[in-house]
Amino acid sequence: MADMAAPALEVSQVTMDFGGLRAVERVDLVVRPRETVALIGPNGAGKTTLFNCITGIYSPTQGRIQLTAADGRVMALKGLKPNQVTECGIARTFQNIRLFQNMTVLENVMIGRHCRLRSGIFSAILRTSAMRREEAQVVKESYRLLQRFGLARHVNEFAKNLPYGAQRRLEIARAMATEPSVLLLDEPAAGMNAQETQELVTMINQLKASEGLAILLIEHDMRLVMQLSDRIYVMDYGKLIARGTPQEISRDPAVIKAYLGEEEQ
Amino acid sequence: MINIGEIKKSLLSALWFMLLTFPIMVIRVNTIDHTIQWRWERLVWVGGAVFILSFAWRYLLRRRQASARQTVMDIQTRGLVSHLLQRPREIFQTPSVRRPAMGLALVFLLALPLIFSWNRTILMTNVLIYVVLGLGLNIVVGLAGLLNLGYAAFFAVGAYSYALLNHHFGLGFWTVLPIGAGLGALFGILLALPVLRLRGDYLAIVTLGFGEIIRLMLENWNDFSFGPSGIDNIAPPGLFGLSLTLQQTHTFIYYLMIALTTLTVVVVRRLENSRVGRAWVALREDEIACQAMGIDKTKAKLSAFALGSTWAGTAGVVFAAKQKFINPYSFTIWESIMILCIVVLGGMGSIPGVMIGGLIMVLLPELLKEYADYRWLLFGAILVLMMVFRPGGIISDVRKAYAFEAEEEEPHHG
Ligand SMILES: Nc1ncnc2c1ncn2[C@@H]1O[C@H](COP(=O)(O)OP(=O)(O)OP(=O)(O)O)[C@@H](O)[C@H]1O
Ligand SMILES: [Mg+2]
Repeated sequence: MADMAAPALEVSQVTMDFGGLRAVERVDLVVRPRETVALIGPNGAGKTTLFNCITGIYSPTQGRIQLTAADGRVMALKGLKPNQVTECGIARTFQNIRLFQNMTVLENVMIGRHCRLRSGIFSAILRTSAMRREEAQVVKESYRLLQRFGLARHVNEFAKNLPYGAQRRLEIARAMATEPSVLLLDEPAAGMNAQETQELVTMINQLKASEGLAILLIEHDMRLVMQLSDRIYVMDYGKLIARGTPQEISRDPAVIKAYLGEEEQ
Repeated sequence: MINIGEIKKSLLSALWFMLLTFPIMVIRVNTIDHTIQWRWERLVWVGGAVFILSFAWRYLLRRRQASARQTVMDIQTRGLVSHLLQRPREIFQTPSVRRPAMGLALVFLLALPLIFSWNRTILMTNVLIYVVLGLGLNIVVGLAGLLNLGYAAFFAVGAYSYALLNHHFGLGFWTVLPIGAGLGALFGILLALPVLRLRGDYLAIVTLGFGEIIRLMLENWNDFSFGPSGIDNIAPPGLFGLSLTLQQTHTFIYYLMIALTTLTVVVVRRLENSRVGRAWVALREDEIACQAMGIDKTKAKLSAFALGSTWAGTAGVVFAAKQKFINPYSFTIWESIMILCIVVLGGMGSIPGVMIGGLIMVLLPELLKEYADYRWLLFGAILVLMMVFRPGGIISDVRKAYAFEAEEEEPHHG
């Protein structure tokens, strides 16, 4: 069973302060290989902040973040720079899409490959055969990835000219290009219509099946959360208030109160 | 067509300007016979000119918005001819047009010293020096998106390294050329290190300060740089020990600059579509996403600054050899701004754009010599107009398109 496997990502007692504001408070969270875990909570609960702590954009005030690679290597992520975290095998998407607008769709994915490639300035100037081979390889791989995400017909378009749903898909494709073992998705369905959301669910299910990937996802769309996730964590005011299977969470009084309390305002 | 609201607004701007310029344009104090001269006719001039300019401005803006709307609306109904006229770039990019055009341009450039006078050749050498400078700054500003207002400092580093090494140690041009390039890169890194955390306006201010520090140092550190009087008698580049006349030397430097420009274009082209170049563009587009995709921001910034200033160092060495005399006044803030104008005017990130920008920025003042006093006014006006009507520059940045054989459509999603 998945529950028995060693965790791929382990967040323990992570706290993040912004001046006087404690945005995340002593959060514990694990994601195991091949598992999809949802992180939900009202607006301003600290979900995105937790993602930013994991990915090195913020350095948490306290706590420990640990990643175990498929080969059993254990890496402490706290204090690493964002690019080093990505190299360790964590990739993410952003709540408000952050594509490279004036680069082509293909280039966006090629940027994702950056940390897995080696060629530098001099090999680029001299156009060494190793560099050309690597370049041809990355173009091919990136194009395949675009095909898988249904973006192949947009290859040479600027990312900014893509329709909204396609931009969200491109962000996931770009994240996958870094060969992550854990994928963090921040509200991937935000702003999507029902059909686009359904396509997204299919896509995430395929990712789970083919890559053996662990996914941690923030989402407000409860139908999607219930459909996709094996386990759910609930945050409110920076603290974890519940954890469990989708069934347990939908019955949890604390969760109901957090959500209803928000609606009353 | 004419809109009352626009006339009103233009009148208002005219009044404003009349009020603002009143003290300097109208009143003239004669300090000798203690009288005040009122030049009212000037007020009329200011008012009239501002009204016409402002009105033309609003009219152009309106036309631009209308045409933008139109392209969305009736792109299909437009005739083939006008459609083709809309896309000169695509025409130029077809190999059957592009290759002969480039060949012709190259032949023209090579034959230039034979056709035109000596002065024209020197002028073209200047154009090429500025094109190289523009291409270098383009790496930093256009590709990596790091605003650098102190670029002339690196130009100075190159020029002074040749002048000083030649003066003190008698080192030749060919020896110092790589040294100048290396020193340019080194100073690029020296500037980049403290500004790694800065962005946008802050970066602009610090780089501007850096440029001024270098200039002030050259101006005041007499023992090192010979101060404002500069360095004279710099040796021209050698050509297998042949002794060349002055004119031949200038022709030689011209061809040298053609070679250097070609080299720069090739190198920058190779870089911009490489792993490193893509990282620069990603850094420009979104710093956070760029890091999250595994790019080391520090490395990307350092390499952009280093490579950008390498070209300034190289161009500086050639400049010193060409001028035979340099002093700090060739490397002021205006020089940096001029190079930045080349990049912005031509098109940030675009190699042909920068080449055209260099051509315009160097030749235009030459053509309008009588109006030399208004040079910066003209440049300023051009830049403002560009920002409004063509923010991407004359030739906006295009990214490389990759070709794929038509493979079967994607497995899922329709
Ligand atoms: N850089 C920052 N500086 C100061 N406060 C911050 C910063 N980032 C987030 N916060 C605060 O931390 C709290 C949590 O924000 P966060 O963006 O993590 O919420 P969230 O759970 O992702 O909400 P949403 O569902 O709206 O995306 C908010 O009160 C926010 O204002
Ligand atoms: Mg959020």
